Amino acid sequence: MFWTVVGALNEGFLQTLKLFGITLVGALPLGLIVAFGSMSRFTPLRWFTRTVVWIVRGTPLMLQLIILFYVPGKILPGGSPWPTGEPGRFLASAVAFILNYACYFSEIYRGGIQGVPAGQREAGQVLGMTDRQIFFRITLLQMIKQIIPPMSNEIITLVKDTSIARIISLQEVIWAGYSFLKGSHGYSGLLWPLFFTGVYYLAFTGVLTLLLGALEKKLDYFKA
Amino acid sequence: MSILEVRQLAKHFGATQVLQDISFSLDQGEAVAIIGSSGSGKTTLLRCLNFLERPDGGSISVKGQTLFDAADPATQQPEQIRRKRLHFGLVFQNFNLFPQYTALENVMLASQLLARERPDYQSGKKAILAEIRQKAEELLTEVGLQNRMTNYPHQLSGGQQQRVAIARALALSPDILCFDEPTSALDPELTGEVLRVIRSLAQRNTTMIIVTHEMDFARDVADRIIFMDEGVIVEQGPPEQVIHNPREERTRKFLSHFSGV
Repeated sequence: MFWTVVGALNEGFLQTLKLFGITLVGALPLGLIVAFGSMSRFTPLRWFTRTVVWIVRGTPLMLQLIILFYVPGKILPGGSPWPTGEPGRFLASAVAFILNYACYFSEIYRGGIQGVPAGQREAGQVLGMTDRQIFFRITLLQMIKQIIPPMSNEIITLVKDTSIARIISLQEVIWAGYSFLKGSHGYSGLLWPLFFTGVYYLAFTGVLTLLLGALEKKLDYFKA
Repeated sequence: MSILEVRQLAKHFGATQVLQDISFSLDQGEAVAIIGSSGSGKTTLLRCLNFLERPDGGSISVKGQTLFDAADPATQQPEQIRRKRLHFGLVFQNFNLFPQYTALENVMLASQLLARERPDYQSGKKAILAEIRQKAEELLTEVGLQNRMTNYPHQLSGGQQQRVAIARALALSPDILCFDEPTSALDPELTGEVLRVIRSLAQRNTTMIIVTHEMDFARDVADRIIFMDEGVIVEQGPPEQVIHNPREERTRKFLSHFSGV
């Protein structure tokens, strides 16, 4: 019985990891773009971006996911744009998570960029550097150093937030654990597999904590 | 012939007129000290010369070339500003070294980036970079930091950091080197080493504009002193005259705050 459960949970956790990974890969760069939008000197763009960030951060991710998954099918003439079955659920989850997390990340980036003293930028300017060179050669690493602690927090939260995708029946690890309660693999009424999913989360967040700590340590060689 | 010609420069922030009718010139090899109380517009003047602030009026010419003229939009194109800045170097009050780079890297960085714009960069890359490195090492040696090249800014004292910043500004061989209160952020015992470096630059006829509160230093090093108050140049002339025989009441009043001058 134990190995049946572990096998099913492993499969679920793989989906959890995939959603976590694709969200990071999408939201880390997208968040930077959103951050630039919310700092733009072009007022309409700044207001538009900040409004989007307000809406996304101001409503539950679960609600965003439900709307994104079900509403297009109701209003689009061609029906739901999402593929059927698990791939469709995964794609919808990925889009919702990336958009949601990009908005959270953007505020962290914004804090980080604005936290780099103006004198750094000016020093680059008087040395004839382009805006691009100033960002990539001077600002970026100082920003990264500053944002690692709040970013670590968000990343750890993301690991656990992936369980929200269960609301559209994405077959992640909580879904897999719950299935033994509902009835699956010839078992039903089993509660412990659901509790056992906690071990997966703890192990993974433990690994992440170590990795992020190592990154923080790697940037200890300078002081901003 | 004058290397720098500033005419009727004006700048306001909101309702405050920070600079008004600022006109002066600078000869090749001349060191000018600008003195005046805080808020007199000295720093804003330096920032205008370095294109960190855009003047509202007047013009700036270097070596006969008009870099900025408020009346001529052709001189204000943003994409040209970057190149124009290179006529000037600026040493900041707070050093503003790049914390993630060593002293040597701080001095080399801008030169390395500018070298990429040279047409012969790809073919002569190795030699160009070696030359940049050698120049940076020489400059750091000149400011007495030959043993500190691989240190990061936070491992250096304030005086050492400011000396790195001077070497960094010199690396691009600016026509005119500007200092914005270079010792104001330093503990008193560290100002000497920075002033010594500036003094030796003056002895080698580096063209400089030094905004400073160090009156003794200004008198010793500068060929000319400009006294500013409330955004205007009140008085200028040789140090002995401005400091010991000021013509203007406002200059006298300002200098009376400094004992022993």
